[in-house]
Order: sequence, then C-alpha cells, then structure tokens
Amino acid sequence: MANPRRAHDEPPAVRLALILTAVTIMGLLVVVPLAYVFIEAFADGPATYWANLAGDPDTLHSIKLTLMVAPVAVISNLIFGLAAAWAIARFRFPGRALLTSLIDMPFTVSPVVVGLFLLLLFGRQGFLGPWLQEHNIRIVFAWPGLVLATCFVTFPVIARELIPLMEELGADEEIAAVSLGARARHLFTLVTLPNIKWGLLYGLILCNARAMGEFGAVFVVSGHIAGQTDTMPLRVEKLFQEYNMPGAYAVSSVLAMLALVTLFAKTALEWRTRQELAAAARERAGENP
Amino acid sequence: MSISIKGITKRFGSFTALDDVSIEVPPGELLALLGPSGSGKTTLLRIISGLEVADSGSIFYQDEEVTKAAVRERNVGFVFQHYALFRHMTVFDNIAFGLKVRGRPKGEIRDRVHQLLRLIQLEGMEKSLPQQLSGGQRQRVALARALAAEPKVLLLDEPFGALDAKVRAELRQWLRRLHDEIHVTSVFVTHDQEEAFEVADRVVIMNKGRVEQMGTPGEIFESPATPFVMDFLGNVNVFHGHVRAGRARLGSLELAYPEYTDEESRAAMAFVRSHELEILRTKNGRPSLEARVTHVNVARSVVKVHVYSDAFGIALTVDVGWDRFAELRLSPGDVVHVSPRQMRVFVQEQREES
Repeated sequence: MANPRRAHDEPPAVRLALILTAVTIMGLLVVVPLAYVFIEAFADGPATYWANLAGDPDTLHSIKLTLMVAPVAVISNLIFGLAAAWAIARFRFPGRALLTSLIDMPFTVSPVVVGLFLLLLFGRQGFLGPWLQEHNIRIVFAWPGLVLATCFVTFPVIARELIPLMEELGADEEIAAVSLGARARHLFTLVTLPNIKWGLLYGLILCNARAMGEFGAVFVVSGHIAGQTDTMPLRVEKLFQEYNMPGAYAVSSVLAMLALVTLFAKTALEWRTRQELAAAARERAGENP
Repeated sequence: MSISIKGITKRFGSFTALDDVSIEVPPGELLALLGPSGSGKTTLLRIISGLEVADSGSIFYQDEEVTKAAVRERNVGFVFQHYALFRHMTVFDNIAFGLKVRGRPKGEIRDRVHQLLRLIQLEGMEKSLPQQLSGGQRQRVALARALAAEPKVLLLDEPFGALDAKVRAELRQWLRRLHDEIHVTSVFVTHDQEEAFEVADRVVIMNKGRVEQMGTPGEIFESPATPFVMDFLGNVNVFHGHVRAGRARLGSLELAYPEYTDEESRAAMAFVRSHELEILRTKNGRPSLEARVTHVNVARSVVKVHVYSDAFGIALTVDVGWDRFAELRLSPGDVVHVSPRQMRVFVQEQREES
C-alpha cells in the first residue's frame, strides 16, 4: 500500500525540479570550479606543482605572510569578539543597540571602501599620515595595514557567533559563581568558557577562513609589493595577470584546501554540538519518562 | 550569625523598590519574605547578599557592617529559583565550586562534598550532570552548593517556585527539617503564603517596598495588622461601610466598634474570613445579611458556598463544614441569612483635602 501523501508534501515533479535546481547550481558554481582548480594545478604532475609553490620566492613569501596576518587578525578579533559579546549580552548601557548594529557594519560595507578608508586615515596624504611619518611608523603598504584591513573585515564573525549564544545561556551561572566567591578569572575559565567553547571555536574557524581569503580591503592597502605585501589572494591575482596560470592555480589550490579543512572542521563542530544536545535530551527523557 | 537590615532604600529610576525597610533576623532563624511580585522582596534578598547595592541604609552580619562589602567577601549561600547549576559540571564539581575557588585542599573538599551529598540524600549521584537530575534533585544540589563553604547566612530566592506542587510540598518540609539540623540563619523569598507559613519561624509581609507586618505565622494569621495583609492572606470577604461613635455600619450589618468613638463618620473596611461566616436558614437575632445562594462548590475539605446579597450588592464566599452542609441542604437559589462570627474593621485614613 502506498503511503498517503502528507499535506505539506509537494507533488513529486516539483520536488524533483527543486532538488535538481539546487544540485545543478551548487555543482556549476562550487564543485566544478573547485575541482577545476585542483585539476589545473596538478596538470603537469606533482613535481611541477611543488616547484610552482616552493620554487617561487614571492609565492612562498605570500603564503608566509598570510599565515602571519590571519592569526594576528583572528587573535585580535577573539579579544574584541569576547569583549563585545560580553558587553552586549550581559550589560544594559546607553548605546548598546547602536553598538550591536555597528558590529555588523563590516559585513554591509564593501571591503574596497574599508581599504580606502584606511588609506585616507593612515596613508601618506592621510589624516594621520604626517604624524606616522614623523615617528617612522608604516601602516599602509606594510603588514600592519594588512592586519588592520583583515581585522576590520572579519571583526563581526566571532562577536556574531557569541552574542546569541551568551544571551541564550543567560547570566544565572555567572551570578551563582560570584555568590560562591569566584573571582573574575575563575568566573571566566571555570564557568563562562566551558559553556561557550564550541561556539567560540566555530567562530574562530570561520574568522580564520575569512581572514585568509580576504581580498578587497587588503588589495587597496597592500601596494602590491611582491615578496613584501602580497598575501595569497593578492598573489593569485598577480600571477593570473602575468599569465602564469600554473602558478595561479597552484596558490589557489592551497587556498581551496584551507577552505575544505575549514568546512570539515565546521561540520565536525556542528555534529559535536548536536551530539551533546541529543545526549542531554536522551538523558532527560530517561530521567523523567 | 544575626542579620540586621537598617533603613534600606532602593530606587530603580523613578520606581521605589524598597522604602526604608528595617528587619532584624536573630541567629539561627528561618525568616520568610512574603509578598506579591513587585513588593521588593527579591530586591531586599539581593541587597542582603550583596548582589544588589542599596541607595541608602545598612546591612550588618552580627556586629560586622557589610553594606559596602562585595558578594565574594560576605560568604553567603544563595539559592536561585532556577537552580543556576553549572551545566557542564558534575554534581560533585558543582558542590565543590565554592571550596575550590577559595583554594581549599583537595582532601578537605572531597570530605565536605560527601558529607553534603549525604545531607541532601544524593549519595552515589556525584558523577551525574545537572541535566540528568529531576527538578527537586537539582534544587537540593543547589542548596548543597550554597552550604559547602559554610556560609554565614543562607539566602533562598523562591527556591521551590519552579517545581510542581507535590515536589514543592516535600521539599519545603525537607528544608524545614534541614534547617532544624544545621541552624544557619536563613532568609527565603516566596509569594506563596502556605509555603511561608509552613516553613518559616517568622514571616515578613511586604507590599510596595515596605514592611506591612512581621511576626510568627500564628500572629499574622490571628491578627492581620493592615487591610493589605488581610486581603493578601486571601479567603476573605470585604465589606465597605462607615464607623461613627463606637459603631460600625456595613449595609444592614451593624456592630460595636469601640476603637472609634468620634462623632464624625469615617469610611471603613471590614474583613471577614470565609470560615468566620455562618449560614442560617432563619434569623437568630444576631446581625445578619439576607443573601441568595448562587453556587455550591463541594470539591474540597470544606464546602464553599457562594452567595449574593441583592440589597447590598456584594458577593460572599462562606466555608461550611460537611456536617453543617448536610443539615442545611443548600442549593442554588435558596434565600439564606449570613452572619459573621468575627469581623476585623479597619478605619480608612482620612483623605487629604484636595
């Protein structure tokens, strides 16, 4: 006997069409280009691939630079994200609503505008330019500029992850800890951190992924000095402009691999959180049937 | 350790949560703060604990002033309505928390936690997580956690509010027995008068940030000090009328009121508890009110008879014992006479000239 169709089920043709559309778009826009990057990168064998990466000092430098800029940006945003989430989730203060919407701004502003803004502030002709030159501090066209641009573009990521989580958890456990004599460090390490650790880790991974792939804002402030201020995404673009396709694809493949690792870690974390929730639900059900 | 609350005032913006409240809690007493929501009872509890700071007034633990001391320095045990257990910690770690953050040695912590587990009858559960426990078990763990560091005072904020009726009744008897064993000065907040009267040595009834009455459950029940207390205790009928020259007139009821002898008539309210009213088939010479039976509720240990006085325009509830009910054989529509055995009259404050 055929199962009777439930009220919210679409006709099979509609279902099939929707699934095919989604799969086709995903395939065309994501899977095919990603596969093509790897195919092209390895077209002349692994030896050539390795030579394209390690044999080119400028490429090697861009990888090192990205591996330096991204962690600095991630750590800055970890501090900022925790502070902002704590302030917004735990305190009521004038300007709280404004701060909440300002945190989202980097997601709504074009990264190129962010880069220009940094240029106007710290550039040679910029607002702080003369003072910086006097003190021999280089920000624009140097790594501090890259870090600033990356920080700015990625700074909502961790805060966005933590604010709803901390609001849902509430301050009850923290107040209880204070009433039991806990100092600030106990409060954070013994009570708050264990409760938010998965959300925080998830935020860190997403933030790192965005930091490594950042192009627009970094493009404006880097000055494209090969071997000095080119990060991996900028190096890809430069190699592409120089018609060095194997090189461009090789660097792209490294970025793509980083993306895949991020995706894997993100999925594992989500799975882990779901497992914990499910276990908690099962235990509750067992206790009070 | 006694607690002295002296002239505490607290405002939130234009709202006065506490208005010059003073209470003495002698050592070893279990005191209940009872009142409707918004009466300031929880704010007062939080000020005693140090979780909230008063605008003025002072708090003493014995002879030591703690008004300005941080929560951490006061060494209080605080039990929250929704338990606030640390969800990622086992029962053992939850109870041990207060000792751990004070840097007590491991062996001492272990002994103390096991001693408390025996006290709350949860031995063998120390490895469970809070989410594996029932509500009543969670609240017992919260209590053990609050007691672990041997607090000077124990403060409980609606400790049974989130539990179902049966568990609540069991747990409050258990708390009473526990308090008789450990004798730590305790204050607990509740809006449930039955809970307050059953558990506490003394009850403080609060309303709009002020103390309405303080006393043992018996004292408060026998002689409510204000109309608010009378009304809050419930099961009460209210009459409006006047007093003049030693008499109170409440519609067709008239009775002696020697406390007010002035010739000038003043508005008054009279309260009669449901069990202080008597239903008569015929007048017996005592002051009474003619009324019509509207509804009879038999689903209790006493029969609740609802009557309506057309002449007076007032609905009353009368408690009638089962024996008496069988004698009267009342049914809706019957015309009866209702007579108060006892009434409490409160003369209203004279309104200011406007």
